[in-house]
This record gives sequence, C-alpha cells and structure tokens, in this order.
Amino acid sequence: MNTAAATGHKRFNSWQMWGALLLVPYVLVFAVFVIYPVVYGLWVARNPDSYVRLFQDPVFPRTVVNTLIFLLVGVNLKFLIALGLSGFFVQQKRWIQALLLLFLLPWAIPSIPTILSFRFMLNPEWGLINNTIFRLFGIDGPGWLTEPTLAFASSVLVHIWKSLPFWTLILITGRLAIPTELYEAASVDGASRWQQFRFITWPALATLYLTSTMLSMVWTLGDFNSVYLLTGGGPGDQTHVLATLGIRYLRIDQLDLAMASIVMAMPLVLPLVIFMVRRLAAGEAKLAH
Amino acid sequence: MRKYLNEAGLWLIGLPVFLWTVIPIWHLTVLSFSPKDDVTAGTWLPSQFTVQNFEIIAGQKHYYLNHFWQQFGNSLFIAVAAGLLTLGIATFAAFSISRLKTRGGSMVMNFALATYLIPAAFLAVPMYKVMGQYGLLNSQWSLILAMVTLASPYAIWVLKQASDKLPYELDEAAIMDGATPLQILRLVYLPLMKPSLVAIGTYALLLAWNEYLYAFLLLSKDSDVTLAVALGHFLSADDSPWNLLMATGLVYALPPAAIYYAFRKYMVGGLTAGATKG
Repeated sequence: MNTAAATGHKRFNSWQMWGALLLVPYVLVFAVFVIYPVVYGLWVARNPDSYVRLFQDPVFPRTVVNTLIFLLVGVNLKFLIALGLSGFFVQQKRWIQALLLLFLLPWAIPSIPTILSFRFMLNPEWGLINNTIFRLFGIDGPGWLTEPTLAFASSVLVHIWKSLPFWTLILITGRLAIPTELYEAASVDGASRWQQFRFITWPALATLYLTSTMLSMVWTLGDFNSVYLLTGGGPGDQTHVLATLGIRYLRIDQLDLAMASIVMAMPLVLPLVIFMVRRLAAGEAKLAH
Repeated sequence: MRKYLNEAGLWLIGLPVFLWTVIPIWHLTVLSFSPKDDVTAGTWLPSQFTVQNFEIIAGQKHYYLNHFWQQFGNSLFIAVAAGLLTLGIATFAAFSISRLKTRGGSMVMNFALATYLIPAAFLAVPMYKVMGQYGLLNSQWSLILAMVTLASPYAIWVLKQASDKLPYELDEAAIMDGATPLQILRLVYLPLMKPSLVAIGTYALLLAWNEYLYAFLLLSKDSDVTLAVALGHFLSADDSPWNLLMATGLVYALPPAAIYYAFRKYMVGGLTAGATKG
C-alpha cells in the first residue's frame, strides 16, 4: 500500500518534470521574442519628449483620424458584409459551395502580389479600371490613388478584400452550429425571413460576431500591408495609419517615435483587449460548468 | 415561380461576389501572360498570349530578378524551417498541457494567445530592434524565429483542443505497461495526432511563406531576402516592369494556392475548430 503510493508519487513527480521540460522551448520563445521586445519597446517610449515630437509631426493628426476610420468604418463594414455573406454561403447548393472555395482564395494566398495587382489596376492613368470606364462612358475615371480620400478608401477596400473571406468563414461555422430544427419550427409557425434572423440567427451569432469584430479591430490596427503596398502612405503622407507611421519612423531610425506612435494606439487597443479577455474568461467559466 | 425568384436572388448575390473575388487575381494572371507593351493598355485579355515573362524569370534575365531562384529557395527554406520548428515546439507544449496536465500549463497557453492581442506591426517594431541586440539581424534565423513566435500560440491552442479529445484510457494502458512520458508521446500521441499535426505544420509553413512585413524589416541583402521582399523591391522605381512583377507574383502565389486546395478539408476544418465554442 505504502510502496504503491510512493511509486505513484514518484511517477507524478517525473511526469510534472517532463511536463515542465516540454514547455520550456515555447516559454523561451515567448520570453525572448514577445515579453522582452514589448518591455524594451515600452521602456524606449518612456520619454515624454518623444510624444511632443510626435504631436509636432504634421502627418500625425491625419494618421490618427485615418486609423480610427479604418477601424470603425472599415472593420464594421467588413463584418456587416461577412454576416450577410455567411447567410448566403451556408446554402448547400453545389455552385454556392464551389464559389465559397474560390471566395476563400484571397485569404489563402500571399497579400503582396494581389495588393500590387490592385495598385496597378487602380492606376488613374493606365489602370484597368479607369481604362474600362473610359471605354464604356468616354470619361476619365477618378484618381483612385492620387486623390487622398479615394486612396485611403481604396486601402480600406483592399483590406476588406483580403480579410473578408476569413471572417465570413468564421461566421459560417457559427451559423452551421445553429440547429436547423429551429428554422423548420419557425417556418411552420409562419415566421418571415427577417423574423428568423432576428429571433434565431442573431441571438445565436451575437457573441461570436462581437468577439470577432473586436479581434479583427486589433488585427486591423496592425495591418501594414494594405496601406503600405497600395499607397505607400501617399499621396503627400495623407493615407498613413499608425502601423505604417510606426514602421516609417523605424526605417529612419527613430525608434522612440516609432514606439511612441504605437503607444498612442493603446487607448484603442486596451478596451478591446479587456473586452476580449473578459469574453474568453466568461467562455472558460461556461465550459467549466 | 417563387423558387425561380429565389434562385435569381442568389445569383444576384453570387455574381458580384465572384467578380469582386476574381478581378484582382484575373488581372494579375492576364498581365503575367502579356507582352511588355500591354502593360499600360489596361485590357481584360492579353493582346497576345506569351510565356516570355516566365522565361525571363526562370533565366533570371532582369535586374530585379538576378537572384530569383536563390530567393525562391530562401522563401522555401524559411517556410519549412518555421513550419517544422513550430510543429516541434507546439507539439511538446500541447502534449505537456493536455496530457501531462503540467501545473501552470493552461496559464502558459493563455499568455501565449495574448500574443495575438498585440497588432502585428506593433510587435514588429521592438522585435526588429531586439533582433539587432541578439545579433540576428540580416540572418534568416531572425525571420524563422519571428514566424515561430507568431505561429506557435495558435498551433498550441489547436493541438491542445485536438489532444483533449483523445481518450485517456490509452495513456493509462501505456502507463500500466510501464511507459515513460516520452514513450507515450512517441508511440501513442504522435500517431493519433497526425491529421492535426499536418494541418498545423501547413498553417505555420504558409504563414511564413506569405509573410511580408517581418521579412521586409529583418532581411536586407538581395541574396538573403524572400520572394515577398523581392516583389516589394519592384516598387522602388516608377518604370518597373509590371508584367514581370505580376508573373513573379503569380509564381509566388501558386504554391500556397495549391496547398490550400489540396488540404482544404484540413485547413478549413482545422483552422476554424473551436471558433464557435463558448
């Protein structure tokens, strides 16, 4: 009896030892490439002078406004479309499923070739879009990339093009988890499509929808490619977002300004992060019960 | 009648979705097969179908493409190395958390997942400086390790979800036979986890192959950079050979597209697993 307990104890210890040992590689990666860089970055950004200089940069106010528009308008627009399209793609028709496979392609392939394709397509002088407009209507199309507002809107569209498939897929899996009996019962009771959405689909999807929107906002804040590769921040530095501005400072070796512009995004990130952590904690509590 | 109206309504949605998705990719493909003069014509079809661009690429016969094969190899090496490293690190961690029930394991996983609450470009800035301090700047290992950092949390999470579903009776039977944790890992765990491991390895490989920002920051020598960075170099001049750029882009985008279609069941199923939980 005693010996059995002793071997059991010993085994438990050696298991815990192996368990800790197997965790070491990841913990090292995390400490060396996440914790230390973040702490170091915040330490670099501790000087109030950096913020004064950042605010004096004439590009900065426009950048903040752009970032806000990108997050509030861009991400919400993307999610409204994703919500609608997920309802379209859950239909089990063959051509719709084939279209879904195609629709996911922008998410699966690297962004640089397709963003550069957009960039060339939108070229005001000889791009595909304006050439087609000229051929059809005999007028010159708008300056997609030379007009600051349009250039920025184009970046938002490119971002949506790239990340819409992923979020649509997430919402599709959410919709597929809703029992079909609910819809059958509702249509027997004569519920309209809108009523079915309002009283069955939305209550079931709301949590997933909000969590995904929050997560997407955090990720969109870090989207460098859609702006940098399409407009390069131009024309006249009018289309920068905090991500491209930070990298721009980094490239001219102004690390403190780069970090300061990132710290400036904290008021945007922190509420989102707190919301996410609460959501996840609530989810875990629910699973535990 | 109502049925046909419904079908027509679906096509009214399907057609714009199709055009929206396909036009940029179509444009990329058309320019890849177009002669040089077509580049500024803005047409929907090549005036003359040619594979000349691909011959130039394969023969590295252009200033921007002098290191094409080297760069292709770099992309491949970095993607494979990041995929394998992520797989190793994440498998150990998931096995430890899920099967050995290591104390503090789920806390480690939650901290790991918190990595994704740092926007990518925001981590890139201090990471660039820190790589310099480690003496890794301009070494391909800096990019590989950065990609492992970004891929691992998700990999651990997915592998943990999958291994939680394996029956514990298997472990217990192995313990009765006197198996050590490492033997269980090798003989019981790995064979059963194969489908998830394939999905996660592919995920990390594609993440690294597709990466632009970190590659652009961490590597600079023409013979060291990945294809993504090389494509970005085309932007440095106004008179860039856009048809060559598009053709190179097509070559670069094809492997991920092929892998995605080959593994679509794994990818879509594996990557969205757990999305609807909680």
